[in-house]
Amino acid sequence: MAQSKQGAALDRKKLLADPIMVTTIVLLITFLTLFVLYPLAILLVDSFVGDGSFGLSIFKRIFNMPSFTKAIGNTLKIGFVVGIASTLIGLLFAYVEVYVRMGKLTGGLFKVVSMLPVVSPPFVLSLSMIMLFGKAGIITRYLLHIYDNSVYGYWGIVIVQTLTFFPVCYMMLKGLLRNIDPSLEEAARDMGASRFKVFTSVTLPLILPGLGNAFLVTFIESIADFANPMIIGGSYDTLATTIYLQITGAYDKPGAAAMAVVLLCITLMMFGVQKYYLEKKTAATLTGKASRARMLIEDKSVRLPLTILCSLVASFVILMYICVPIGSLFPTWGYSFFPFTFKWYQLVFTRYKGFKAFKDSFVLSFISAPITALLSMIISYLVVKRNFKGKGFIEAVSMLAMAVPGTVLGVGYIRGFAGGVFHTGFLEELYGTAAILVIVFVVRSLPTGTRSGISALRQIDKSIEESAYDMGANSFKVFMTVTLPLIKDSFLSGLVTSFVRSITAISAIILLVTPQFLLITVQINEFAEKGSYGLACAFATILILITYGAVLLMNLFIKHFGTSKALKED
Amino acid sequence: MEKVKKGVRLDHISKIYKDPKTDKEFYAVKDTSLDIEPGSFVTLLGPSGCGKTTTLRMIAGFESPDEGEIYLGDEPINELTPDKRDTAMVFQSYALLPHYNVFDNVAYGLKLRKVPQAEIKERVSRVLGLVELEGMESRMTNQLSGGQQQRVALARALVIEPSVLLFDEPLSNLDAKLRVTMRTEIRRIQQEVGITAIYVTHDQSEAMALSDNIIIMSKGVVEQMGSPQEIYYHPKNEFVADFIGEANFLPGDYIGKPGKTIVLRPESGYLADEGGLPCKVVLSAFMGSYQNYHVMVGEHLVKLQEYNPKNKKIYNVGDECCLVFEEANVHLLEA
Repeated sequence: MAQSKQGAALDRKKLLADPIMVTTIVLLITFLTLFVLYPLAILLVDSFVGDGSFGLSIFKRIFNMPSFTKAIGNTLKIGFVVGIASTLIGLLFAYVEVYVRMGKLTGGLFKVVSMLPVVSPPFVLSLSMIMLFGKAGIITRYLLHIYDNSVYGYWGIVIVQTLTFFPVCYMMLKGLLRNIDPSLEEAARDMGASRFKVFTSVTLPLILPGLGNAFLVTFIESIADFANPMIIGGSYDTLATTIYLQITGAYDKPGAAAMAVVLLCITLMMFGVQKYYLEKKTAATLTGKASRARMLIEDKSVRLPLTILCSLVASFVILMYICVPIGSLFPTWGYSFFPFTFKWYQLVFTRYKGFKAFKDSFVLSFISAPITALLSMIISYLVVKRNFKGKGFIEAVSMLAMAVPGTVLGVGYIRGFAGGVFHTGFLEELYGTAAILVIVFVVRSLPTGTRSGISALRQIDKSIEESAYDMGANSFKVFMTVTLPLIKDSFLSGLVTSFVRSITAISAIILLVTPQFLLITVQINEFAEKGSYGLACAFATILILITYGAVLLMNLFIKHFGTSKALKED
Repeated sequence: MEKVKKGVRLDHISKIYKDPKTDKEFYAVKDTSLDIEPGSFVTLLGPSGCGKTTTLRMIAGFESPDEGEIYLGDEPINELTPDKRDTAMVFQSYALLPHYNVFDNVAYGLKLRKVPQAEIKERVSRVLGLVELEGMESRMTNQLSGGQQQRVALARALVIEPSVLLFDEPLSNLDAKLRVTMRTEIRRIQQEVGITAIYVTHDQSEAMALSDNIIIMSKGVVEQMGSPQEIYYHPKNEFVADFIGEANFLPGDYIGKPGKTIVLRPESGYLADEGGLPCKVVLSAFMGSYQNYHVMVGEHLVKLQEYNPKNKKIYNVGDECCLVFEEANVHLLEA
């Protein structure tokens, strides 16, 4: 069938007849290549030829550093433990929500817990951990009278990361459990299985791939996490912090590049397994929707212990989050708590240029959010609705960005853009500007936005857009008048999510920010490291207020201008 | 504004798809040539997977043919994108824009063509009158019934005055009764406007009721093209005979024509005590307007429908009798 080329050639011709579409695709591919692939590629180049000759000499050098090999071990160990703990706690929460009749209070607690990690900066839990359980911790020192408790190190990181990441597992597993057809479990009960037996022989096997999925997602998040190990890790270094120190402390850029390659390999491997093996399996075992509502467990002997346990965990998490705003009001951290004072806030805005920090963070995130949201919607549109060469590339690379830890990306940008592209001086002026910070924000938030855009677009019947196309609208018109209005909600939430992600980001940005920009997260990190927890808490509190405000604003917006409303009115 | 009517011509069109599982290529449409006359109503009819929808989508421009050329009137249109083709499609799922009301849905194509505001208003209200949806302009599409939504979809396609209207199984989402009403409507409007229409369906009664010409497709190939009568009474092969209406096949030897196959429609034969081919009744059921028989002629099963059974002799299962038909009422195929 040699002539099958004609159809492809015609498709190409039709595409070329659409200049806006072609320009968009070309720009997208350029953007992704330049700002996702190239920085990673340059890391490889750097680590193989960084000291003049091609070879493994740099890898030999870093693997001979005891601090590095130890960091690998530490990172994997933490990732593993945090992955398992988060998955289990997440499963408990999901199971209780889907299977057990809950009171209003517990339901409310669950909702707050699922939303907190979205709106809060990554290191909030670390701060409150130190405040509650540290040497001068409110609980350890003043309630339990333990004077030498150390939260820094392995346990600190594990606890903080678990509490940070388990809500993600909870949300993932909740969706899976909801999709199990209750009649499967009822059939097993009917044949004489106890509730526990049903759980182990029906429910568990069905969601096993989902559990693996949740574990790997958390694992990747954990080993990519920079902020928490930085603040609460103490001398217990992970890969992310080691790489950071290798650059900022030892000024060993090729070494850091090689380390980043090692970290990237680990996350990519996990990501590959998760994406191409587990995700498919999950979809295969749980396809259909539940046929009808599930009979909730009313039995007190099951209900009470489970709800109490979950409520306790949830309350504890909420307490941890509340600690930070309260801590910002203490006159002297760890020594005197009353009377509450606003002096840290005063200091933030007078001596520590707080206003500039908020302005810089806010403006940069405010610029990058719409870019990210629009870009991710365009990518999802192209991936879901259109057919062209290079589509696979666009999809793969924008998803790849999800598996790249911020620290790795940061090192890649330093190596890739500090002397211009390939050290030729091309685009040299980019480095150190606001533009590159915005680009990092965009690249870091793109995968989440794209994923939600893709799932929103899959819900829309392909023929709706085809009909507009058929009526005489070109691709641009179709996108603007049909696609975008139909996924307005997803667009708005993508807008806010990327704003929140950007304003709370630290891992990549801390490596790239130059002194002319003051970013809140970087400030918090600095003050926390110096031990000025009052200031760190004050900064963090204002940050939480901003992000929370943004989310509230979004919900208000969706409620009033969302798609569902527009469809209801006459 | 009277428009010159245009026909559609397919010149040796093929479309090749890849089976995603086996990675093997196959012809979804194979070497198909059609000549659709201006102003006629033509139906592409066939079982699912026969290539009828692919053919329609190639005419609309959503798919590109791998071989051959498509002409609209005299103009080759292979290279035109759907928005540049003078065709308008009515989709199976209606595909109305859910964020627009009825008026905006219908006006969408006119706005894209930069038609002046006043003329848009005038044309939209005229076409809404044609599909009998006056006064519904400000309704959102999800407040309409399935039949009304389909009328909006039709109005939207008509209002831009395309050279060709394309229908992709537009009635399959409606209930049976509404389907019958709507197909009469579609035929009425098509004749009123005098537009060329190409209609895809797998429902033979729809095809019969609507079309000037029916094109029967199977496995990517056109089996026969002709008027409904032609196709019913003179099917070219067993597939067409069996697909349109019901058909019994008997070897020609029974009427002294060896090498031929007799196509006997269920209503063309009847049972009698003597005078035809000896047979045995294996099923006899009263269906109201007719008596349904299955009889065995030798090893061949023949299905019969005898209308007005009230005044006829009813044969029961196990009865031995004769199958009678006249040669003028059957069609002969080369076996």
